[in-house]
Amino acid sequence: MELFDFIEIKVPAKPEYVGMVRLSTSGVANRMGFTYEEIEDLKVAISEAMTNAVTHAYGKEEDGEVTVGFGVYPDRLEVMVADHGGSFNLSEVKEKIGPYEQTETIENLREGGFGLFLIDALMDKVEIKNDYGVIVLMTKYLHENEVGIDDDQISTTQ
Amino acid sequence: MIMNLEVEVLEEGSTTNVLLIGEIDAYTVPKLKEALLPLTEREGQLVEVNLERVNYMDSTGLGVFISALKSTKEHKSELHLIGLQDRVKRLFEITGLDSIIAIDSKVRGGN
Repeated sequence: MELFDFIEIKVPAKPEYVGMVRLSTSGVANRMGFTYEEIEDLKVAISEAMTNAVTHAYGKEEDGEVTVGFGVYPDRLEVMVADHGGSFNLSEVKEKIGPYEQTETIENLREGGFGLFLIDALMDKVEIKNDYGVIVLMTKYLHENEVGIDDDQISTTQ
Repeated sequence: MIMNLEVEVLEEGSTTNVLLIGEIDAYTVPKLKEALLPLTEREGQLVEVNLERVNYMDSTGLGVFISALKSTKEHKSELHLIGLQDRVKRLFEITGLDSIIAIDSKVRGGN
């Protein structure tokens, strides 16, 4: 079995904790040797997943929690953001994501929905599970051990 | 490290300068929305948002600027974003929003 370190953070499903998780992400990624640009990408991607989880929990009676897990591997960082609240309609969400198309009118332009698109653009691999609550699993590889990086990833290899 | 957002509004005739300082995320975005949207509701007004000192922004910020842009179309006003840091600018580029929102990464010289 592949050895890895695991760090878990549990925070209330409230917007004020998104920044705290972002700082923790920055700490873990920095420790692993990710570049400044990559750390910024990770911060946005994880904040987006947190925002989804928090928005999702909003308005629910019970006090929700979001669990963030960091799997630290020699060649990559895996981040899991789990919201144990309800679930959402995944196919519906997938239909809504994507960049702005020139053919869309400004009036019809969606104000949300760029979150998952950004996660997908900024991470190397994204998986979403939607059984009990929503779990977003995101992977970003370290450069030195470039393995299986998506073709759409901008190469910054020296 | 600033974990909040400061919004400073300065009116100069038909131009409203909005200076943002800090981070735009799910926590700070309601404050931005509340301050920015009413400014776009005056006909002929140019709302210039200076993002020079915004060191973090995510899709919650994109959402507010889209709302503001819609509001300018409705009220015949204008929205300009200036002084964007590379990281912030990149989000507009990835999402294709740089083609519909007036963006300039440089800040114009003082008057």
